[in-house]
Amino acid sequence: MSHHIVEASDLHYTYPDGTVGLRGITFRISHGESVALVGENGAGKSTLLLHLNGYLSPRQGTVRIGDYPLTKKNLDVVRRSVGMVFQNPDDQLFMPTVFDDVAFGPLNLGLAKDEVERVVSRSLETVGVAHLAKRPPYKLSQGEKRSVSIATVLAMSPDILVMDEPTSSLDPRSRRRLIELLKTFRHTKIIATHDLDMALDLCERTIILHQGRITADGRTEEILYNEELLRASSLEKPLSIQLKT
Amino acid sequence: MNNIGKNSFDIGYMDTLASGDSALHRLDPRAKLIATFIFIVTVVSFDRYALAVLTPFFIFPIVLISLSGLPAGYLLKKVLIVSPFAILVGIFNPLMDRGILFHIGSLGISGGWVSFFSIILRFILTVTAALILISLTGFNAVCAGLIKLGVPKPFVIQLLFFYRYIFVLSDEAERMVRAGSFRAFHSGAIGFRTFIALLGNLLLRTLDRAERIYHAMCCRGFDGNIRIIRSMKITYQEIIFVFGWGALFIFLRYFNIPLKLGVFVTGFFK
Repeated sequence: MSHHIVEASDLHYTYPDGTVGLRGITFRISHGESVALVGENGAGKSTLLLHLNGYLSPRQGTVRIGDYPLTKKNLDVVRRSVGMVFQNPDDQLFMPTVFDDVAFGPLNLGLAKDEVERVVSRSLETVGVAHLAKRPPYKLSQGEKRSVSIATVLAMSPDILVMDEPTSSLDPRSRRRLIELLKTFRHTKIIATHDLDMALDLCERTIILHQGRITADGRTEEILYNEELLRASSLEKPLSIQLKT
Repeated sequence: MNNIGKNSFDIGYMDTLASGDSALHRLDPRAKLIATFIFIVTVVSFDRYALAVLTPFFIFPIVLISLSGLPAGYLLKKVLIVSPFAILVGIFNPLMDRGILFHIGSLGISGGWVSFFSIILRFILTVTAALILISLTGFNAVCAGLIKLGVPKPFVIQLLFFYRYIFVLSDEAERMVRAGSFRAFHSGAIGFRTFIALLGNLLLRTLDRAERIYHAMCCRGFDGNIRIIRSMKITYQEIIFVFGWGALFIFLRYFNIPLKLGVFVTGFFK
């Protein structure tokens, strides 16, 4: 195993239409860490995530994944080690059946047929949806779609999991199950979310983005108890903390 | 109002059917492609007044459907949905071509009507065959087969993405039309100006979404090669399938079975 490190230094990004996405982002996430990326709508969370697997390339600054700086040349290696779960599962699932969808990645990696089948059923079992293998993805419930999306990423056996709002539009029980599932993963995790309670539950470290800048980076508990900081970043204390105090 | 969406789901159902496991499903995509191609070419090659000679060709879809257990009703419905195109193509024939071709009793049948029905018949045959091909094989496998048969990759990739994004397009269209209809209180119809705006918006949204899906494909190692899990192998089954059907189609093309049968039956009664 290589070192599953994600490192960004001084990332700047401006969208073609002039909207500024990132204004100098620097952080280093080391092996096995679980990091929540929080911030108001439009703070730059998704923009930042899209940099981590080379979909967007920064106007300035660099991203390093493990031992590789992210360049066009090693895009394939990076994409293999960074598994990305999209905000909208409908964007992620595009094959006629769940099985085919999960098999898409492994087939592209060039695995043999029975190996692919093994990987697919293992990934589906991990997220608890083995029974859906034959179903078409677009007919599943939101929670099931989310699980399948995660399975498609697990099937690539990535070192680093990047997720964009994994708990959005999930019912409470599906949300709880997802959190429990994510707790079992040993990957380096970067989770962009508005669900601060989940951040508190799942991530030991939190990074707050505000208008394309990092305004705080530290232990989740310290950050989420800091009312002033949260207010300045258009956030609120998570409910579980509000109830306690 | 929301028929578009339902339709797109229905087309997707063909791919669900393709995950079946009959002997015909397991057949190499190339064999099915070639057989279907020969079928379509022979059906189309008849002259414009061909009517009765076409009927024996129904054996191909009927045999395939009954052996594979595909839902005939569903396929028929799909054929009906696109049939207006064929009707439009042939509808002027009866007006243009009024020469009487033959008589049924005292009723003169004009060449126009015959060619019109001939178009309809060919349309039903070819479209059914194409639908069966996809329902038995799956679109990705059809594309993979095309590449193996030597069709240039850029064309096949175009076809693959066209098919993939049709769902995206109809999905977006459905949502926009629904949103529009919720806010159009007085009339059900959308005005011309709104329609133009809707169309432009639809294009942009679809492009955006298509890009996200393409991104998702790239994330999972898509490099322009289509890979399918069913292995492709030509065995004696494939060879029998192609040559059996091919021979039958060519036989039916050159020997007018209904005519021979008619002559035989009338000769029998004389």
